Amino acid sequence: MMIVAASRLLEDRKTVFTGTGMPILAALLAQNTHAPNLAIIYEAGGMCPVRPPTIPLSVGDSMTFHKAIMASSMDYVISFIQAGYGEYAFLGAAQIDMYGNINTTVIGPHDRPKVRFPGSGGANDFGSLCWKTIVLMRQDKQRFVKKLDFLTTPGHLSGVGAREKVGLPRNTGPWRVVTQLGVYGFDEDKRMTLLSVHPNVSIEDVQKNSSFPIKIPDKVETTPEPTEKELKVLRSLDPYNVVLRK
Amino acid sequence: MEVLEVGGGEFLGWCDPEEHREWVRKNKSLSMEEKVMDLREAVSKFVHDGNYIASGGFGHVRVSMAAIYEIIRQRKRNLIAAGKTSVHDLDCLIASGCVSKVEPAYSFGHELRGLSPASRRAVETGRVKVAAEWSNASLQWRFKAAASGLPWTPAYVLLGTDTFKHSSAKIVKDPFTGRPICLIPACFPDVALIHVHRCDKYGNAQIDGILVEDFELARAAKRLIITTEEIIPNEKIREKPWLTSIPYFYVDAVVEVPYGCHPCNMPYCYYYDEEHMAEYLNLTRTEEGTREYFDKYIYGVDDFDQYLELIGGIKKLNYLKKLEQGRAQFVYPWVAK
Repeated sequence: MMIVAASRLLEDRKTVFTGTGMPILAALLAQNTHAPNLAIIYEAGGMCPVRPPTIPLSVGDSMTFHKAIMASSMDYVISFIQAGYGEYAFLGAAQIDMYGNINTTVIGPHDRPKVRFPGSGGANDFGSLCWKTIVLMRQDKQRFVKKLDFLTTPGHLSGVGAREKVGLPRNTGPWRVVTQLGVYGFDEDKRMTLLSVHPNVSIEDVQKNSSFPIKIPDKVETTPEPTEKELKVLRSLDPYNVVLRK
Repeated sequence: MEVLEVGGGEFLGWCDPEEHREWVRKNKSLSMEEKVMDLREAVSKFVHDGNYIASGGFGHVRVSMAAIYEIIRQRKRNLIAAGKTSVHDLDCLIASGCVSKVEPAYSFGHELRGLSPASRRAVETGRVKVAAEWSNASLQWRFKAAASGLPWTPAYVLLGTDTFKHSSAKIVKDPFTGRPICLIPACFPDVALIHVHRCDKYGNAQIDGILVEDFELARAAKRLIITTEEIIPNEKIREKPWLTSIPYFYVDAVVEVPYGCHPCNMPYCYYYDEEHMAEYLNLTRTEEGTREYFDKYIYGVDDFDQYLELIGGIKKLNYLKKLEQGRAQFVYPWVAK
């Protein structure tokens, strides 16, 4: 459901830059359903590969430039985004706060962490430079937190105008968050707001699984169920359950 | 220029570009000479305890595992590693005790396979120190600055984050726009290891597929060890000079190591050996298992050829070639768990 809901957010004929795992699968699903002309670009240099024989395990392996239009470099790709060509960033996260700031670095203190995660990778670059960032992650009280253990990648920082104030390019930042419970956006205060709940999920479930209050508008939609076609394409894209097992 | 904020991470790999120029003039040969040697010689000559080391490719894609193994075999210690999307390369160096400091952009994970047990253990117990944090782009822009002989690369990343606070970058007021901008300091690694598809005996090298950061890293490093799937005649290089991504000037050693990227992915040649990766990930869950792995595959063999026999020899290598061409069944032994 998460992957399907995320894939529907991607508009055709745009660029998307994705992290490992579910984001790759969501981008591939979009490309193989409603967005056939979506340009999927990987930070290590792969630009617009054509449907590879298996899902990339890494954002730099040979599947990320399978029959691509260009096998470039990281400097090339991130410069391309910095110059304004990056529409969607598609990221995962270990923790997120109400302004869409994310942590993929540590749980606990930085010098002696309880859990050490890989760090930013390309996330800080994408989240700083792409026009619209979409975060795809599982939601619970430990992941939707009041205060991050570490601010790896900028969301709306402390609210309206904060990104511009620190020098990030204007009109960028988190746009949607997709979890197993629903789809969220950001209101005029740049705080996380519920947009739709997935089928059989209540608004209470949404609040119960967050340590910060999520804004609930008067009207909340229900995310349409995945279609047969979406599920079929999704399984065909990951026939070995490499991502879908999770 | 007004400095607005200074990152608090340890400042590693830096030198004044003026000093670097002089170092280059004194130490790098500008003449096209044969540099072919074996791995043992290359590593003992150019990799020293305490060096800042950077591995080319992308963590488990086109990495010089043969050189990494030789570093482990020679028991190098206290290396400082660029965690520039470092996956299997760095994990092996950490697990075997060669590394004491890392500045990660992306490290301690195996992407879709999950976090790396050995590296996590090392960082969470404090055995390996995380000296600074970067993003992928900012760390490679350190090499870009160094490659250009400049002190920094300006960029609109890291701003407003803890990643910046733990980096060694600085934020200044840009004299052109008047807005804050991040200055990412140059990094001149003591040594870089880059695995390529082919090069001549002088080190003029071709890479098929994405360059990742190697176009910059090759020029930033003081010493550069090139391992190659094959050595080809210089005339072949001259037939298509536009395919050369690393010219000989930067190269200190050329080592021919077919399958030198195993168990990782060498684009257009061979795919990941997921069976071997699963064995590695499984054994490195414990200290005993980690010792068992390195005793078997590294200390227990004399060279990379013996290692290739041990991992399944020609039969396994042919299978990995077919996988890369999409002509064999993919297996993911770590999925079942």
